[in-house]
Amino acid sequence: MNATLARVPDLAAQHLLLAMAALALGLAVALPLAIISARRPALARWTLGFASFVQTIPSLALLALFYPLLLALSGLVGGGVPALGFLPALLALTLYALLPILRNGVTGLTGLDPAIIEAADGVGMTPAQKLRLVEAPLAAPVLMAGIRTAAVWTIGAATLSTTVGQPSLGDMIFSGLQTQNWSLVLVGCLAAAALALGVDALLGVVERGLAMRRRKRVIAALGVLGAAVLLAFAPVLAPARPAITIGAKNFSEQFILARLIGQRLEDAGYAVRYREGLGSAVAFSALAADDIDVYVDYSGTIWTNQMRRTDTPPRDAIVAGVSAWAAREHGVRLLGALGFENAYAFAMKREAAARRGIATLDDLARASPQLALGSDLEFLDRPEWAAVRDVYAMRFASTRAYNPSFMYRAVASGRADVITAFSSDGRIAAQDLAMLEDNRGAIPGYDAVLLIAPGRADDARFAAALRPLIGAIPVEAMREANYMVDRDADKRSPAEAARWLGRWLGP
Amino acid sequence: MTTAGPAVRFEGVTKHYGDTAALAGIDLDIAPGSFVALVGSSGSGKSTLLKTINRLIAPTAGRVFIDGGDVAGEEPHRLRRRIGYVFQNIGLLPHMTVAENIAIGLRIDGRAENGRVAELLEMVDLPADFARRMPDALSGGQRQRVGVARALATEPDLMLMDEPFGALDPVTRDQLGERVRALHDQLGLTTLLVTHDMAEALLIADRVLVMDHGRIAADALPADLIAGKAGEEAEALVAVPRRQAERLRALERE
Repeated sequence: MNATLARVPDLAAQHLLLAMAALALGLAVALPLAIISARRPALARWTLGFASFVQTIPSLALLALFYPLLLALSGLVGGGVPALGFLPALLALTLYALLPILRNGVTGLTGLDPAIIEAADGVGMTPAQKLRLVEAPLAAPVLMAGIRTAAVWTIGAATLSTTVGQPSLGDMIFSGLQTQNWSLVLVGCLAAAALALGVDALLGVVERGLAMRRRKRVIAALGVLGAAVLLAFAPVLAPARPAITIGAKNFSEQFILARLIGQRLEDAGYAVRYREGLGSAVAFSALAADDIDVYVDYSGTIWTNQMRRTDTPPRDAIVAGVSAWAAREHGVRLLGALGFENAYAFAMKREAAARRGIATLDDLARASPQLALGSDLEFLDRPEWAAVRDVYAMRFASTRAYNPSFMYRAVASGRADVITAFSSDGRIAAQDLAMLEDNRGAIPGYDAVLLIAPGRADDARFAAALRPLIGAIPVEAMREANYMVDRDADKRSPAEAARWLGRWLGP
Repeated sequence: MTTAGPAVRFEGVTKHYGDTAALAGIDLDIAPGSFVALVGSSGSGKSTLLKTINRLIAPTAGRVFIDGGDVAGEEPHRLRRRIGYVFQNIGLLPHMTVAENIAIGLRIDGRAENGRVAELLEMVDLPADFARRMPDALSGGQRQRVGVARALATEPDLMLMDEPFGALDPVTRDQLGERVRALHDQLGLTTLLVTHDMAEALLIADRVLVMDHGRIAADALPADLIAGKAGEEAEALVAVPRRQAERLRALERE
């Protein structure tokens, strides 16, 4: 629990900085737009329409969309635009902040008493004087209400910036959800909520101060907020050493392997930081763009998703093919396979498989019209599923996607008859699930491979620090480490499991 | 006061809103220092005509001159700073004190207040301590007195008043009307007053213009109007206060 709480200040600081930067940028864009829109109703329909449209895009999707967008932009201008981390998160959250500021700004300005505007014109104010002396102060309380809404939304949505590799309190929520570490989830949520309530309360003081024309109160509240942001800058500015960024996708094994890599690199004298919870598609592109330096992927995932291959040669050939392709196309170095496979494996409760006489995927296909399939969140959209479905002619009565932790519960409780388990998952043994044989070889091999970004590919010291991991992790060891994190009782953190695995490997 | 306010001249001033003509070609001269009332029913074009002077309304055609200068030849905000403007809905700035409201014209022109606020409060018969009050702490009559003070702050010599007493109770209305007429004489202004109340126009103005459907239907001295020498349209409007006055006199005799 203390280790959990220790992560809060740093993440909360990054969270606050991101949200406040987005709010500031949102204000810089929305305020002029609101002023122009208030003067031109025809334009207001367009600006408000656009802002409302943005609001209908789920925030998770909005964040994810900025990744390929910035990647394309970076390609256009010849590189240099970071597609991962702060920038995409900032841009997505800024778009999110626009609507409430714009809408309240326009409402505040157009809702002013026409007599006051006539008086302002009548005494001979210039348009700028009218805005400064009359419109802005009178519209300010309504505008402030919009800014408060934007602040709360932005702080809430900033938890999702984790998925594009920008650290926030979402790191705790996402990794907690994956590893079913509920105290981690709870602390992350409470910290984000406290941040939102705190900022909202301060802005509320500003709003009431403006309405009651208490200048000192407004300045004091803004001062406290400014001080909080300055304080949040401190830990961000602290690390002077350029750090190695280690990527991880969004499940326990990835968290453990990232920490294992991190511990090795720290022993070798590198400073490291983690970008955890990356989407499967984002991770490889992030590596190719040098946004992360190193991560573990699976040969079959790249083979089917990045290389778009549909054939399934032997495991060694896939690893060799991926290695050559990654070097040729992206300058990415495949240091080697770690020694175990994390393949998609169709798994059932042992007694159910025996009762129905299912041992292979052919058997499963025959029984599929009576069975419910539970998968992880990605599988049904992946080419591997299309291949399996077509090769074996599977027609399940129902298919349903689960968060991996819940997928194992679904098969245990009978809500799902068969699941797309992971072969290195400790819960297969723990739940005594039967793994079905891919007798037609439709699913490629999924060797865990260590990938190094183009910018680090020629760093011999870096490669030397990680080489002891190559071929060193048998699937039994990985399963045990995974199970330490995934099990319900006596859970360990990914870092603890990584240390256990590191000790097991020896120096 | 020896100097008189400016002359105002309208030349073919026309204003169309779509197909309807709010002003159907007005040619008119206002003499320096005169107090002119524009009377007519709603929609007769009297407010529209008034607002073409300080360019709150731009005419479709025609020109307006103040002392021979075309108002269109000057930036609107500069023009308006030389013209006092008072209107029915007053439009006091709710976030400013009475003093700040009165001094707003000086402030936006970069001029010092120099005790003007106290002077103006006295001119409109308000106590000096009203300076610190907020507009929402004033009655309707008090607010319009502040409105008049605000219009006079920059020492304009032309005063435009659009139904300034329309929303006030009869007693306040009478007092403020007299006060405004007195200030007109004292400061040597040229004043144009828009009202739908013929009795008010007759009692306060030197010259009464009756407007109807965007035209000037009658142009006469108050005495000639009462005497029925100003034509049919005017007579219809004058008949009302005249009959009321006769009935009041009859009541007195009973």
